[in-house]
Amino acid sequence: MAPPLLEARGLRRHYGGAVALEALDLAIMPGEFFALLGGSGSGKSTLLRLIAGLEVPDDGVLFLEGRDITRDPPWARPMHMMFQSYALFPHMNVAENIGYGLRRAGVARAEQERRIAEVLALVKLEGFGARRPHQISGGQKQRVALARSLVMRPKLLLLDEPLAALDAGLREQTGFELRALQRATGAAFVMVTHDQGEALALADRIAVLDGGRLMQVGPPAAVYARPASAFVARFLGAANILDPGHLALAPAEPGAAAYALRPEHIRLALGGAGEAGDNRASGAVRDAAFRGEATLFVVALDGGGELRVTVPADDPMPAVGERVALAWDADDLVPLAA
Amino acid sequence: MRRALVLLPAWTWLLAFAAAPAAILLGIALGSSAEGVPPFRWPFGPGFVWQGGLGNFATLAEDEFYRDSLLRAARLAASTATLALLLGFPMAFAIARARRGWRVPLLALVLLPFWTGFLLRMGAFIGLLRDQGLVNGVLIGLGVIAEPLPLLYTEGAMLAGMVHAYLPFAVLPLYAALSRLDPELEQAAADLGAGPVTVFRTVTLPLALPGVAAAFLLVFIPAAGEFVIPELLGPTDALPVGRVLWQEFFQNRDWPLAAALAVALLALLIVPIRIFQRLS
Repeated sequence: MAPPLLEARGLRRHYGGAVALEALDLAIMPGEFFALLGGSGSGKSTLLRLIAGLEVPDDGVLFLEGRDITRDPPWARPMHMMFQSYALFPHMNVAENIGYGLRRAGVARAEQERRIAEVLALVKLEGFGARRPHQISGGQKQRVALARSLVMRPKLLLLDEPLAALDAGLREQTGFELRALQRATGAAFVMVTHDQGEALALADRIAVLDGGRLMQVGPPAAVYARPASAFVARFLGAANILDPGHLALAPAEPGAAAYALRPEHIRLALGGAGEAGDNRASGAVRDAAFRGEATLFVVALDGGGELRVTVPADDPMPAVGERVALAWDADDLVPLAA
Repeated sequence: MRRALVLLPAWTWLLAFAAAPAAILLGIALGSSAEGVPPFRWPFGPGFVWQGGLGNFATLAEDEFYRDSLLRAARLAASTATLALLLGFPMAFAIARARRGWRVPLLALVLLPFWTGFLLRMGAFIGLLRDQGLVNGVLIGLGVIAEPLPLLYTEGAMLAGMVHAYLPFAVLPLYAALSRLDPELEQAAADLGAGPVTVFRTVTLPLALPGVAAAFLLVFIPAAGEFVIPELLGPTDALPVGRVLWQEFFQNRDWPLAAALAVALLALLIVPIRIFQRLS
């Protein structure tokens, strides 16, 4: 396997008494799209700022292509960051914004102009060079910010919630464009996001963070299918966490303290108590949430507790209060470590 | 209609206390001096016959004494404003970057001199700088100098007093501009390869420029008419325009000439204001 592009070993960062990051190890491979996924306070933004050099870790080491860069100031690091606010310079036009890093690097004037034109074409903003940041839309600002980083041809690009400030309609398309740009430039992208859908859709690998610790790292499909912990299972798609002592479970892999069961893996049948037995339950619908392609039901189980079940739009739907029977397959029960 | 009502007090105020006095001032400046009370003739005689003229302005332009006093006022105001900027910028920058809980106390410290009467503070400056004052006393006591240095009644003493008095007017607009500046802009510049000095030169300073212009004006305008500080601390030949104005009004009782001088001073102040409007 190729050596990692960026490697973090034992990174630790505290703010006063509060933990932002704790003993974090991570390796980013050349040319991969990596997503740091977590809620607020999970430490994902702190990690990104540590990589960019905007903050210094209390402990631990950062290597870029094998070189220790832990103490390097941000302007000496050959990687660039796209800020969530985009941080476009309001007193410069689009072309000047994009050329800012090139001017600092002392790139010749003609070469600057060529590369600015090239990157403007890459983000489909030809002819926007003379506009000021306040004269363009949010989506265009996002692309200018991206172009300002990409024009430096970094091996590693850091993106802080790159899609969060965009309208929902624009987000999906921009996400696809982002991944296409990542493939085209061959740079490694490290994206911070709180949106699991975004992370699952775009990244080659995702890392789930919680409380400053890395919970799980892996390809999206693998992490989604086999969450390592109850937290990851809940965070990626709000899975049900089942206690074998509480429900009659017959898992394919017995012996775990808890199992995750995705709402879409539960079969729902209308009416009746249903047959008793393993991997079955019955109860009454307590809540329903229409989600377009499917409807989410919260079912209060007869034995206590509740299960979240999604039913595809074409299937028969129970009414709130109606009795339902639930069933699932043994191999959909994913054993959890904790 | 509602809008006009809301603005009515403001317009009334401006009309009564800015426009009307300015018109009266201009009227006196265009008139001529005369024996009596008040000691001048309006430019319009009985039956609205024009009897005024630009004679007073001609005197101002011809007589070096008045021209110099205006120039001196401009120079003193400009150097005070420049020094206040040079001193105030680092202060405002440090306060804007201080921890949240520190900012208000630090700003209060900047305003602290206002809690003491202005004349008292100038008296304190005299006490510090005179021949038997604290500064000379300490220097002689330490054996650095044998004879007291002439500190008081110099350009330096005058500038020190001026900067001391007007510094807060510079710090406040600078602080406002710098605290509004998004720190992520500076971080983005650093991320793109700019060292601290370059970040300051290419991002911080250009974005603080409106604040710099406001600070300059807020010091320049009152400093141009200041005459108490030059009188108390400055050299005898400093004779600022405010002082000349006072003399013309109260000693020479040449109201039309004094009014013309006041109008000229006003015109002098409009120049930087116009420049500022262009900038922002």
